[in-house]
Amino acid sequence: MIKHETIEKNLPLMVVLIVVALSWGGLVEIVPLFFHEDTNKPVEGLKPLSALELEGRDIYIREGCHVCHTQMVRPFRAETERYGPYSVAGEHVYEHPFLWGSKRTGPDLARVGGRYSDEWHRAHMYNPRDVVPESIMPSYPWLFEYKVDGRDTPKKMEALRMVGVPYTDEDIENAKAAVDGKPEIEALVAYLQQLGTVITKR
Amino acid sequence: MLSTFWQVWVTAIVVGSIIGCGILIMYTSKGMRKEETDETTGHAYDGIEEIDNPLPRWWVFMFWATIVFGLGYLGMYGLGNFKGLVTVTVDGEEVAWSSANQWKAEVQAFDKDIAPLYAKYSATPVEELAKNDEALQTGQRLFKSNCAVCHGSNAKGALGFPNLTDNDWLYGGNPQQLTMTIANGRQGAMPAWEAILGDQGIDDMTAYVRSLSGLKHDEAGAATAAPLFMRNCAICHGADGKGNIMMGAPNLTDDIWLYGGSTKQIEMTLRHGRMGKMPAHKEILGANADAKIHLLVTYVYSLTNK
Repeated sequence: MIKHETIEKNLPLMVVLIVVALSWGGLVEIVPLFFHEDTNKPVEGLKPLSALELEGRDIYIREGCHVCHTQMVRPFRAETERYGPYSVAGEHVYEHPFLWGSKRTGPDLARVGGRYSDEWHRAHMYNPRDVVPESIMPSYPWLFEYKVDGRDTPKKMEALRMVGVPYTDEDIENAKAAVDGKPEIEALVAYLQQLGTVITKR
Repeated sequence: MLSTFWQVWVTAIVVGSIIGCGILIMYTSKGMRKEETDETTGHAYDGIEEIDNPLPRWWVFMFWATIVFGLGYLGMYGLGNFKGLVTVTVDGEEVAWSSANQWKAEVQAFDKDIAPLYAKYSATPVEELAKNDEALQTGQRLFKSNCAVCHGSNAKGALGFPNLTDNDWLYGGNPQQLTMTIANGRQGAMPAWEAILGDQGIDDMTAYVRSLSGLKHDEAGAATAAPLFMRNCAICHGADGKGNIMMGAPNLTDDIWLYGGSTKQIEMTLRHGRMGKMPAHKEILGANADAKIHLLVTYVYSLTNK
């Protein structure tokens, strides 16, 4: 039998055993999900983000929206009343990485698509207080000045294709033209307006 | 639903781990001293020595308690094929717990409670329901959750989002019209006139539009634009500029401005058009949408019909 001392005085062995101990629960809780239909199969009607929406998503990440907004409606009545149908894994299979978030300073955005008009989103991003006087959200006026640079868009789509997002050659070919020079706000609103719109009822 | 292989995998690891933990605790307990001594473990750091005493009883007991807790948890919530003993009521039947079933049970229990109340409200005409304080409070809460983001928590709107308290209605303020607006949404469609009117035409038309509300304006420009208004704008806004609720064309004579009434703001509206949009709420409101819309209509109606 291995003595306590053997492990304590043998750093590589201790590292290996710690990793095993820490990962053990994952064998049950995580590994089976890699092979689970519910987590791998896209829900019906799910499409990869368009080039513009994809750039909008990157702006969403850049501005740290996910720090204050979750994208995860949990299966509780109070949440489904307020936000809409609860989120399911199949809605997120094309997302790398997920933007589920972990803290709600602002409301959940998993089903924000179509809830407000494009005009509202623009007014709200420019200065949230203009439409919601009580809001503590920061303003993002630069989104109206900065333009999307489409140089990297095709590369981003190719990278996503490598991890299983079904972009076609045509999608990638047209990506640069679809986004180049558009105001960032347009991309962000396009991204927000599609959030959670695949599932509308439960 | 996990495949058989993964069910076996999960079950084997879980059961194996619990048994393994039990064996480990027993094995290490056996090697432990029975009582306290002055013997050390041999560890010494800067002259401080670690005494080799047995673990406190309560501490060892905690290890066993985690195993009992684990077994109890598995019994309640299941493992592999076994669904667990905890049940929830869905569609009148006891079914095994799952987060989806728990949600269904919660929603159904609430719907059952609320159904008589919603039925009573829905059967009452809006004009009458608007006198019911409780209905109005429910309506107000629904308004705050769903409408206040655009129309403001006091329903007074914002630039580009209509004030609902001023009795000036783009699409009409009677209960039927309000129901249509909330359920199916509205799409404004003010075209852009920049290309048609030209810079001078826009300036003149701005003057004419301001004159309709009796605001300070350039007389000559307004006079020039008057026939242009008849030709281009009257079809929606009416020859007298009083608007048309069939098209959601605003009344231009009442000095109430959705997009602002300053010369600059009116000029922007004329140049680039406006595409105000009220989203359809039939689906957004989810379960009991019809009853909720009825209450929302009642609340909005009550704002201008005290």
